[in-house]
Amino acid sequence: MTTIETHASGTQVRATSSDSALGAFLVGVGAWATTTDHKRIGRLFIGCALLIAIAAAALGAVIGVERISATGYSILDKDSVTQIFSLYRVGLSFGVMLPLLLGIAIAVVPLQVGAKTIAFARAAMFGFWMWLAGVGLAIGSTIANGGPGGGNEKMVDLFLLGMGIAVIGALAAAISVVTTVLTSRAPGMTLLRVPMSSWSALTGGVALVLTLPVLFGTLVYLYVDHRYARIAFGGNKGISDWMGWSLTQPQTYVYVAMGAGVLAEIAAVVSGKRQVLRPVLLTGIAIVSIASLGGATQVQHAVTWTNTSASDKVKELIPFLIFNGLPLLGVLVVLGVSLLGIAKGKPRLVPAMAPALLGLGMVLTGMVGHLVSLFGPAQLSGTVFEEGEFIYVSYGALLIGLAAVSYWGPKLWGRVLPSSAVLGISGLAFLGTVLAALPMYIAGFANQPAGVANDFSYSGPQELWNTASAAGHALVAVSVLLFVLTALRAFTAGEVAGDDPWDAQSLEWSVSSPAPSNNFVSTPSVASAEPLLDIKPAGGQK
Amino acid sequence: MTHALPAGPRPAPRRQLFISTGIAVVAGTMLMGGMLSVWLRFRAAAPTRPTSDGLRQIKDWLPADLTMPEVVTNVGILSFLVLTVMVQWAAYAARRGDSKHVVSALGLTLLFGIAIINAQAAIFVQFNVGVASGAYQSMFYAIVGTLTVLIVSGLVFTVASLFKSIGGRAANTDLLNAHALYWYFLAAAYTAVWFVVFVQK
Repeated sequence: MTTIETHASGTQVRATSSDSALGAFLVGVGAWATTTDHKRIGRLFIGCALLIAIAAAALGAVIGVERISATGYSILDKDSVTQIFSLYRVGLSFGVMLPLLLGIAIAVVPLQVGAKTIAFARAAMFGFWMWLAGVGLAIGSTIANGGPGGGNEKMVDLFLLGMGIAVIGALAAAISVVTTVLTSRAPGMTLLRVPMSSWSALTGGVALVLTLPVLFGTLVYLYVDHRYARIAFGGNKGISDWMGWSLTQPQTYVYVAMGAGVLAEIAAVVSGKRQVLRPVLLTGIAIVSIASLGGATQVQHAVTWTNTSASDKVKELIPFLIFNGLPLLGVLVVLGVSLLGIAKGKPRLVPAMAPALLGLGMVLTGMVGHLVSLFGPAQLSGTVFEEGEFIYVSYGALLIGLAAVSYWGPKLWGRVLPSSAVLGISGLAFLGTVLAALPMYIAGFANQPAGVANDFSYSGPQELWNTASAAGHALVAVSVLLFVLTALRAFTAGEVAGDDPWDAQSLEWSVSSPAPSNNFVSTPSVASAEPLLDIKPAGGQK
Repeated sequence: MTHALPAGPRPAPRRQLFISTGIAVVAGTMLMGGMLSVWLRFRAAAPTRPTSDGLRQIKDWLPADLTMPEVVTNVGILSFLVLTVMVQWAAYAARRGDSKHVVSALGLTLLFGIAIINAQAAIFVQFNVGVASGAYQSMFYAIVGTLTVLIVSGLVFTVASLFKSIGGRAANTDLLNAHALYWYFLAAAYTAVWFVVFVQK
């Protein structure tokens, strides 16, 4: 198979030399705004999510600084604390985790499955603009004293409207991704031969399709009630009670599920060999999505173990482990099999492996934390321990996103990110994540309350924990900013990438870098799960 | 270097629209299922009050001064019954390549769809509830309003299918199967709302 062009320009209208600079700029903006090229839509999602990530992490740092002195408010206004916490959670959930991994799926999945474009490209484009407008409205209205617990009733209405619009947008994009994997695969690519990232995009996308509509229905109820009656759902104070599940564990696992396959994909390339235990890995990735979905649809099954017999304890433990432990099992399978593959192969350096491994490790730590926090005797409910879980999961997803951008950067931008920068920045982001979250785990055991920035006290170095957490958030913000700046520089004037810079295995590396606008000139034929290894010398068994 | 993979055969028909509609239907089922679940939860939590004859206790959920316009809701469900036959007729005619029957079936689907919207409007008018009057009223508007929006989206689907069929794509089985699937979902969603909200109250 060959390609006919090396630069994406199918939908791009180039300005002639006689056009003014402003005209050329407007044409460029128009081409991006109306693009149906899935790679561009995916890049728009990724870019916006990274910018929101910087702001959200900076907000986390502000909350941490405010908590250093537990008496009196030094930075924040007392009345705005609820909004700040909402902004932080909404920003990381709907502004970072969900769009970042969805954007990567939109950009990469059609290339991986051998499709010329994403299914319903206009729906995906519509999804991006709906999501952006919705998240923009939700964030803007929360800043203007709206959001859960907000004092400005019109802004609270606007927040609910914005969230509804964002959910519809994300849903449209997720349906496009799922339909692409189900209907647009190259001949010979059975579902068992689908690359790991596409598989996780499929299973994670299905989990989104099953949970986001429930959130939308709740938002409709909340909007109508808040706008007109304020009787059934507790007005502005009740919003957190009714939609809070979408901003915490285990629903956050559903947002991360789309990225569960990124590590497995990169690990196989690092090993230089065909994926080991492929069916087990596919099952592990599916378990992450299905079990997260199962957990999200259930009332939290906590273990209380107070004054009960041994048989009652076992009866409590079984649903607890099914609904809270299974996602953990899925991630453990993905991590274990990926590392086993590397151990069995001849590992080589692929820089993206570091953030992918660290990211999934952070998600795993968050999942373990969630399991512990639901264990009644630990008495961690309502403490900052739960915030620590959220930080681990959301920043873990962010690290996975950075890994994906650095791995597929050559195919999306045609240039390579410097290895040293990827390794350095991911190390910094990892350090920031641990610094931001681990002190919250410790302070949780000391009963520091969640969702408040002040008026608490406990025995222990509370200033130290909150200072460390603030520094961690700041470090994550700086890391993402550095990543964005490095990427801007590298993807515009960096080293030009070869068509297959990682000596990879899946279809996207068979086309030129950056991938042409219609991906493939002719539909490729696939005979195994690693089609490129079938045509490389010695089948890639280096 | 670009790796040259062998070109594959022409892909089989992908039924992309049908499958994506199926996924959308799953999403719609979760939407209406979630909303009905919240409705049932509120109804179960409502206190009890004696019936007008004082013989038994009932949930104090539907306000005593409101009367559900059952005739209109029953007309709505009967219209749906006929409409599902029409959409299947359109899909069957498309498989046979019979453009006249496709257009006729879609035209009738549109007619019955408009009738259902009319019935929905009649429910709101005859029920005469104020959205701000109470928990029941605001939730009634939310759930029945969402269902009405979904039905309107079904009508838009029908109009688009009708135009495509008139424009020479009457044999597009993927389109008309997807169209039928979406209306089946709407019929199921209406039936669920009809039973829980209009019949059980």
